[in-house]
Amino acid sequence: MLAYTVRRILVSVPVLIVSTFVVFLVVVNSGDPVANFATSRQPAPSKAAVAAFARHIHADQPVVERYWNWITGVLHGDFGPSVQSNLDIGHDLFTRFRVTVTLVAAAMIIALLLAVLFGVFSAIRQYSVADYVITFVGFLFLAMPVFWFAVLLKQAGIRFNESTGSQFLGTIGEKSPYLDVDTAWNEFTDRIGHLVLPTITLALVSFASWTRYTRASMLEVLSSDYVRLARAKGLRRGKVMTRHALRTALIPLTTVTALDIAIILGGAVVTETIFQWHGMGEMLVQAATTVDVYRTMAWLLLSAVVVIGFNLVADLLYAVLDPRIRYD
Amino acid sequence: MTDIRAHGSAGTEVPGAEREFTVRQRSQTQLVLRRFLRHRAAMISLVVFALIVVWAFIGPHLWHYSYQKYTPDNSQAPSWKHPFGTNASGYDAYAQVMRGTQTSLKIAILIALGSTLVGAVWGAIAGFYRGLVDAVMMRIADLVLTLPLFAIALVISSRSGGSWYWIAVVIAGLTWAYVSRVVRSTVLSLREKEFVEAARALGASDARIIFRHLLPNALGPIIVNATVLVATGILTETALSFLGFGVQPPDTSLGLLVAQAQTAVDTRPWLFYIPGAFIIAIALTINFIGDGLRDAFDPRQQRVRQ
Repeated sequence: MLAYTVRRILVSVPVLIVSTFVVFLVVVNSGDPVANFATSRQPAPSKAAVAAFARHIHADQPVVERYWNWITGVLHGDFGPSVQSNLDIGHDLFTRFRVTVTLVAAAMIIALLLAVLFGVFSAIRQYSVADYVITFVGFLFLAMPVFWFAVLLKQAGIRFNESTGSQFLGTIGEKSPYLDVDTAWNEFTDRIGHLVLPTITLALVSFASWTRYTRASMLEVLSSDYVRLARAKGLRRGKVMTRHALRTALIPLTTVTALDIAIILGGAVVTETIFQWHGMGEMLVQAATTVDVYRTMAWLLLSAVVVIGFNLVADLLYAVLDPRIRYD
Repeated sequence: MTDIRAHGSAGTEVPGAEREFTVRQRSQTQLVLRRFLRHRAAMISLVVFALIVVWAFIGPHLWHYSYQKYTPDNSQAPSWKHPFGTNASGYDAYAQVMRGTQTSLKIAILIALGSTLVGAVWGAIAGFYRGLVDAVMMRIADLVLTLPLFAIALVISSRSGGSWYWIAVVIAGLTWAYVSRVVRSTVLSLREKEFVEAARALGASDARIIFRHLLPNALGPIIVNATVLVATGILTETALSFLGFGVQPPDTSLGLLVAQAQTAVDTRPWLFYIPGAFIIAIALTINFIGDGLRDAFDPRQQRVRQ
């Protein structure tokens, strides 16, 4: 299994290089930061200043050379120059990554728990009223735009705070800006309060489709021979469901979870914008608005690494879930 | 194929009874159509979706307010004069939602058509020729699949200047690879069928086999995927427009309308709920239609929507 992991990581390196090169070409050609610099400032900068700016952000170099300098720089921890002076992209990225990780992890855990719970229930009670309700709600959430739901939740949170006279549900930022949060406990509850609404928003992005996957694979497993055998041997229903059926039924869900991580990161951009978090979402939006090539690339590189990492973990989890799968 | 008839005993022809036991011969298309027509949720959805499309494209020509003309009424609640109310600057929300729906639908449909066309041909060629062609084409498709749709679309379309077809082209440029994967896997099994061999024996060219034999037979998965892409397309475009990276004023889209109304959820709720409801209605009906089509094309697998 260790050899397999190492091999997979080695294989993903060329994929990452080709993929980031294509993305680099796309990002470099999607905007002109130098023209942006020359036209958007008051008073208009001198020709020399524009040339110096172009040199500073490496816009004067050929694109292949730029890519090479960038990717080798990243290996040394240098993520390249930002169009904003005094912005260290590497530091910015990792500060924001910590903020976003909390949100994404919380949302994924909640979405997975709900998906397994509702999916399994739906499958066991196939064609019952509960099954139809869960299916319909699933369809509804599949069709629900994240931003619309997020604005609704935010409004509901504000109303909740007004009616209870508390500030528990934070609707702006990942923590309160003022410092009456003196103790560690207060800071913890403050952060949890700010986490609630964005987490629900982001969890609902994937909850619906994951529920449907769980239901489908659970139905398939429930009609298989080994589950019938386990029941025929006289094992209790609960035990058959959890130990025999659910374990196998989770395999497709692992794949989908890993594949959906890119969608969740996209959802995080929207969620963070609405709840005004200073996370990676805000970073991408700012980078795109200011035509900041290296800042955009830093975001995309990290997201690519996360996606590859998740796919690897999913593949390793198969072996844990299904004893028939062995890697060597 | 011949009709399967149940004859009366000893060859006695009884017209009425014969009609009773006759199974009419139906073509593949008729069978699919019949199964789809019996799918109640899909049929209702199709009617609702068709009504929305007709309303969004014909409505603006009949309605007496334009989406970009001020009316003297500011911030009015829905009434007979303004069925969806007006916003703070006096725009008629009914005209705006109509225009927004039209733009969002145009983008979503262009995404579905564009990426289906490119993806289907790409996948069919790769699956038909196999070998080196397949390997190269599919590696390119895999590469596109690794790109995060929303983030890349956001970065590229920030420079689009808000023209609707550019947004559609950007999103379609990132979604076609998925279609090509599906079509390739279908074509891989189709190309081994006897009818392809027969066509080749009759001297059909590669192009003819691909476009006249393989693609029409892969139509089921292609159409199902196209409907799913309309839903993906509308949700992606509205999210981009919401963040300010999609459709730009003076034009409008459902996402932009929600963005403009997000501070007025309490004071002018009609501005926020109505465009949102239209996005949900379009995506929901499209998903049901896709579901019905999937069951109609592939009745062996009554699988649930994924």
